[in-house]
Amino acid sequence: MEYFLHILVITGIYMILTLSLNLVLGYTGLANLGHAAFSCVGAYASSLLALNYGVPPWIGLLVGACTAAVLGVVVAAPSLRMKGDYLALATFGLGVIVYSVAKNWVGLTRGPMGLPGIPGFSLFGLQLSAVWSYLLLVTLFVALTFFVIRRVVTSPFGRILRGIREDETAALAMGKNVNRYKIIVFVVGAFFAGIAGSLYAHYITFIDPSSFTLMESITILLMVVFGGMGSLAGSFVGASVLVILPELLRFLGMPSSVAAPLRQMIYGLLLVILMLARPQGILGKYRWQ
Amino acid sequence: MSEAQTILSVSALSKSFDGVKPVEGVSFRLQNSRITALIGPNGAGKTTMFNLLTGFLRADDGDIHLGGHRINRLSPYRIARLGIGRTFQNIRLFPQMSALENVLLGLKYERGESFWAALWQSKAMKTEERENTDKAVELLKMVGLTAKRDELAGNLSYGQRKLLEIARALALQPKLLLLDEPIAGLFPGMIPEMKRILRELRDSGRTILFIEHDMRTLMDLAEWIIVLNYGKKIAEGTPKQIQQNEAVITAYLGRRRQGVA
Repeated sequence: MEYFLHILVITGIYMILTLSLNLVLGYTGLANLGHAAFSCVGAYASSLLALNYGVPPWIGLLVGACTAAVLGVVVAAPSLRMKGDYLALATFGLGVIVYSVAKNWVGLTRGPMGLPGIPGFSLFGLQLSAVWSYLLLVTLFVALTFFVIRRVVTSPFGRILRGIREDETAALAMGKNVNRYKIIVFVVGAFFAGIAGSLYAHYITFIDPSSFTLMESITILLMVVFGGMGSLAGSFVGASVLVILPELLRFLGMPSSVAAPLRQMIYGLLLVILMLARPQGILGKYRWQ
Repeated sequence: MSEAQTILSVSALSKSFDGVKPVEGVSFRLQNSRITALIGPNGAGKTTMFNLLTGFLRADDGDIHLGGHRINRLSPYRIARLGIGRTFQNIRLFPQMSALENVLLGLKYERGESFWAALWQSKAMKTEERENTDKAVELLKMVGLTAKRDELAGNLSYGQRKLLEIARALALQPKLLLLDEPIAGLFPGMIPEMKRILRELRDSGRTILFIEHDMRTLMDLAEWIIVLNYGKKIAEGTPKQIQQNEAVITAYLGRRRQGVA
């Protein structure tokens, strides 16, 4: 039971990451291969505040999200000049940089040793230690993320984002300040990724750089593409399927040395099948061009 | 032409790419509420001129004034807001959005487009959205696309896409409309319809500058013609004057050989 709830918590955290990346990639069409970098920053900011200064996780979470949002502005800068593949490479680079800093700035992050003993959330002096209480907490944040992003994408503001995705030049010719919208989108995406990172850190109580590798960014990207770019329901499906399906392998009684590589193969296979059968993703309407 | 009637004035405008000069020292003025054509053989610099006027390219030299504003250092979205609407030679719609949404994206929002308005789903946003939807429907009606409002722009026919692009440009409430080949490629039955729409726009006080190759349409529709060749203005005048202009004939047909007719 405990294990089952744990999987749900992790699924929830991935849902936040997938929804926020969908805003950037699926709705606005900005390639982003460094989404995990934002959650890395959120996680480390929040954990270090809690460990070094005893800052409550609630505040840490907010600070972590804001720090990630600031990094979002930094990433948005190249996105104003680059498109498509070039932007993908630039965000990929950001992922490498953030990962390397987390790994090598031993004085701050303890490097590969990671940060153990991160305190959990507490509510009115009550430590939230049971997994189910975390599930409630994560569900709350998933709902918040969904609520905010749905409002953003279903408004005139969201229409402009889709316009930028469809044809940036035309959007400019329609008097839209494209750069401003791109910055906002990166900031909002980064903010929620920061929240996800912080939730993860305080739930697992241990983080190290290996949780925020490039593979992690790519996994989130796969979830978005799998569920369908530009579909919020798709993000829920994408995150759920790609977290839960590999877990099912455990029940086949395979040793983990086999299960781990097999998991990667299944990801790959799923994606190949999907791209052949349904390139817009399970629930997506929009096709990448 | 008096100063008051001039909506756009271009003076000594030049642009060069790696030694090629698609526009070189061009000056002209556009008179208010008139249909002006910009013509010239292939590579004369017509589209480059459009891109300079709308800020997609930055001139190396010279000035562009729209009304009282000097616009040649502004970014494209600011120029659009100041009142230049445009279409593109190869049609740039938002293909995976409906015709209605395409027009809505051209309309001006005061507050409803902001991030916070979206987040609070503010009343101002909803009111503005309703008003703009009415305006968009009106514009679609004007170009005869009412029935296609929910159709994806990418699924429309070529002619319908051209009409939609014009409706979208009109949503900006532009003082000046730049149309890059509005007639080219339309099926013949649609040409009178397009001409009617453009004349209607002129009558409602809009200024139109368009690029076109088809001489018959051109001479029929344009009230004033500016001719470019190799980036330089070689003539301007009424269609009659242009038809008889020696420099224009030479540019289009080549120099007459001595002794031949």
